[in-house]
Amino acid sequence: MMSRQSPAVRRSPMDGVDDRAGAKCQGWPRAPRDLEEDYERVSTTLQDLKPVPVELGGVRGGPDVRTLRRDGWWRSPAATVAFLTVVVVYATWAVFQNSHFFVGAASHRDLISPLYSPCITANCYGTVTGGWHISWWKISPGLLALTIPGGFRATCYYYRKAYYRGFWQSPPGCAVSDGHSRYTGETRFPLILQNLHRYFFVLALVFNVVLTIDAVMAFRLPGDGGIGVSVGTLVLVANATLLWLYSASCHACRHLCGGQVNEFSKHPIRYRLWKLTTPLNARHMQIAWASLALVAFADLYVRLVASGVFSDPKIF
Amino acid sequence: MADVTMRVWRGDEDGGTFTEYVMPAVEGEVVLDVIHRIQAGPAPDLACRWNCKAGKCGSCSAEINGLPKLMCMTRMDVLPEGEPVVVAPMRTFPIIRDLVTDVAFNYTMARQVPPFKPREPEADGTYRMQQIDIERGQEFRKCIECFMCQDVCHVIRDHEENKASYAGPRMFIRFMELESHPLDTDDRRELLRERMGLGMCNITKCCTEVCPEHIKITDNAIIPLKERVVDASYDPVAWLGRKILRRTKRSALEAALDAPGQHTPTRQEQPTRPVVSATDHS
Ligand code: SF4
Ligand code: SF4
Ligand code: FES
Ligand code: FES
Repeated sequence: MMSRQSPAVRRSPMDGVDDRAGAKCQGWPRAPRDLEEDYERVSTTLQDLKPVPVELGGVRGGPDVRTLRRDGWWRSPAATVAFLTVVVVYATWAVFQNSHFFVGAASHRDLISPLYSPCITANCYGTVTGGWHISWWKISPGLLALTIPGGFRATCYYYRKAYYRGFWQSPPGCAVSDGHSRYTGETRFPLILQNLHRYFFVLALVFNVVLTIDAVMAFRLPGDGGIGVSVGTLVLVANATLLWLYSASCHACRHLCGGQVNEFSKHPIRYRLWKLTTPLNARHMQIAWASLALVAFADLYVRLVASGVFSDPKIF
Repeated sequence: MADVTMRVWRGDEDGGTFTEYVMPAVEGEVVLDVIHRIQAGPAPDLACRWNCKAGKCGSCSAEINGLPKLMCMTRMDVLPEGEPVVVAPMRTFPIIRDLVTDVAFNYTMARQVPPFKPREPEADGTYRMQQIDIERGQEFRKCIECFMCQDVCHVIRDHEENKASYAGPRMFIRFMELESHPLDTDDRRELLRERMGLGMCNITKCCTEVCPEHIKITDNAIIPLKERVVDASYDPVAWLGRKILRRTKRSALEAALDAPGQHTPTRQEQPTRPVVSATDHS
């Protein structure tokens, strides 16, 4: 196709060149118009546009089998299912115990299980008095304390991967077909709620502060109020540290720190924060597992000490 | 050295099966070398795509022992010894013949990405960027378009119907490169949510696992894009902030209209499309 412009007019180097792949650029496809009168109407929403024609149903190559993999692809989802089941069953059992979650005057340290902290219901404190409590909460205080951390982990990008693969089998492994006839991803209720992860992130920061206070309190000696360290202290300190690392390595955190910025040179502080969270974010999976295991272990430890199975060994 | 058994899928649209070729093992070879020796010997009509033999052209993608891999970068000595090496075509795309698939789907999707739309140049007619502004996108420029991430993605691998509205991981890294570009002025977030299927991805990371360029597709492109879509559509606080600051957002339609090839011709509309004739393997 030759242009009829006069030679004096400057032409673009692409003038006369057909669109790539020989396809004429015809504009975004409009919905078919049923009525002549509708001719002038211009689509204004994406829904009015007809889907881009993608040829579906082509014959595929390779055999019709679930997978051709012969390596142990099932090991990792199986381990995920096993570990998550153990932790979830244990945590559920533990929050319904409503006892032995607090080592108070009877022991030489003040320890509290991370599953029951913050202790804001009246029935949590038992004999300890003072401060502000929620008095109408009658069932286990652990259930209240677990909503936010539970929601934070349930909507975490890493745990999502873990349970989609392990429990929902969507997909169970790479290049292993999922067993579902339909798939809508995270576009529908309830999975669309995963988009609220950043709110859980912010709320969980409050919990991190509370659990850090718990860890600091665990340095307190009973009676004379001196300072000392026991194994329980270390467990709570490690737990609080890992919780902070877990939050700091979160994808929502990385985004809010600086990921949403396009021009880093104009936002040096946010760039620094983004640079700090990025290497942590790369280890989010490892931190997530370590922190989950330690939360469960800390509860178990406090529970054993509180129920008198052994006494918390003092280090110095 | 011992022999290697190659179990290669042979066939076309009318069906196919695995054919075994027993070839002498040669030290230091990659899978593509053995495929070439099969072509040079027992099966001269074996079809495969390749170009650079250096892991840079992205032509030789296949599924080796069930996992998407570049044939030219998969050494024979890393595969389990004493077992047949199974080589099959990419599963997600229509077969043309043997190990060659029709990857047109990916180009269809690529044409719908609204291109770079830079802001006005500075007074002297140029642009200035700093390295820190641009380095996030540089990771994505390493893509060799082998389409193995698209192949392994279960959203379309196991659910053909999703292809109509799913750009796929390769296109998501392109979107992220553009969206995070310091000079770009376009807003593709609504388009990503509505039409490009970003919400279909459930971040199970198979794309990242198979990428031969080790691009962190999920962590550095898909999740950041999901967070950006949350900013635009699911976050009431961010929405309120926009209302107060009176920032407007381009509609998905406006963004979509920027794409160069919004209408992709179907096979019927493209009579000149070369047809690969079926070959008789008997
Ligand atoms: S992470 Fe998302 S895009 Fe990547 S393979 Fe999984 S579902 Fe597909
Ligand atoms: S992102 Fe990686 S796997 Fe996907 S097409 Fe590019 S190089 Fe291949
Ligand atoms: S806590 Fe895992 S991504 Fe936010
Ligand atoms: S031949 Fe070029 S990537 Fe394998």
